[in-house]
Amino acid sequence: MGAIIWGTSGKHVTSAQNRTILICSGKGGVGKTTLTANLGIALAKQGARTAVLDADFGLRNLDLLLGLENRIVYTAQEVLSGSCRLEQALVKHKQEPNLSLLPAGNPRMLEWLTPDDMKKIAGLLAEQFDYVLIDCPAGIEDGFKNAAAACREAIVVTTPEVSAVRDADRVIGLLQTREIEPIQLVLNRVRPRMMANQEMLSVSDVTDILALPLLGLVLEDDQVIISTNRGEPLTLNGSRSPAGQAYTNVARRLRGEEVPLADPTKEGRGLRAKLGRLMHTKIF
Amino acid sequence: MTLRDFIDKLLGRQPASAGMARERLQLVLAHDRSDLNPELLEQMRREILEVVSRYVEIDLEEGDVSLETEDRVTALVANLPIKRARPNPPPPGADPTMATV
Repeated sequence: MGAIIWGTSGKHVTSAQNRTILICSGKGGVGKTTLTANLGIALAKQGARTAVLDADFGLRNLDLLLGLENRIVYTAQEVLSGSCRLEQALVKHKQEPNLSLLPAGNPRMLEWLTPDDMKKIAGLLAEQFDYVLIDCPAGIEDGFKNAAAACREAIVVTTPEVSAVRDADRVIGLLQTREIEPIQLVLNRVRPRMMANQEMLSVSDVTDILALPLLGLVLEDDQVIISTNRGEPLTLNGSRSPAGQAYTNVARRLRGEEVPLADPTKEGRGLRAKLGRLMHTKIF
Repeated sequence: MTLRDFIDKLLGRQPASAGMARERLQLVLAHDRSDLNPELLEQMRREILEVVSRYVEIDLEEGDVSLETEDRVTALVANLPIKRARPNPPPPGADPTMATV
């Protein structure tokens, strides 16, 4: 990642290490914001200066998942209009000071963002942070286009369901025409038992269809809902729950560490898992 | 066929749904990626058959023109069994509308 220069006022040179990553899915409700929150915390805990930017200013929720909803005073809009400095708008996480949140805008605002606005904001963040994660709105309209304009690489989140995979495919096509590289996949809400029973698309079904490298596999986990209730991402307190570990592993892989990916249908040692594997055997 | 599919068949149960999901997805993605709706594809199929059958007699029952997709690359695949060559193919440069179809 080389240095980029944004804006007209001065030369903003990014930190040489900066990675600005779009987190998107096309379909809503597959876990973009949960991934952004958990990945942001995990990266910060691993020592990387990390900013999470909520590009979905109409229906913003990243603040809620991070437990920062009461601390937002300014947004990126005030930074762009010059009514505050970036430092004033950034909300630093108390427990994990390596992580800061920047909401793109206020839900009461009408459309004001342009792709250039997003580029400027991302450029400012890139000066100060190693990782900038942009939580993309659902859909493939303006909100997506704005967020995608600011990114060089992307993580596509999907679940093993036909609608989510189809929408992910659309988004991947759009990212590729924008020459966003690399694009990696996180497969969310995996249910090993259903997969073993062949009642859910398998991991290889999804990776074959979408033809993307797999960055992470997250099992369906009740702890995710419990952690959102509290506003404390699973990665914050080093949760040993399956999803918490999976998010931590996504962060480690993103930073270049080799962390093996286990096939969820082959993990179990119990009778049910063995039977599932037997049922999977091709007989002719 | 997996063991599970076999048992399902023996017991007359509905087959496991993952295979259906995979097939339905592959088909819908082939259309999404090529931006061709089924109607346009059907029109293209008819025209391709029309052109080909000016030169050779093809088995229309067995003929198949479809979209296949692998590794994010979509291909138009035509499988047209030829019965025999036409005795009088149109001469080069002939008005294509004059050809017998």
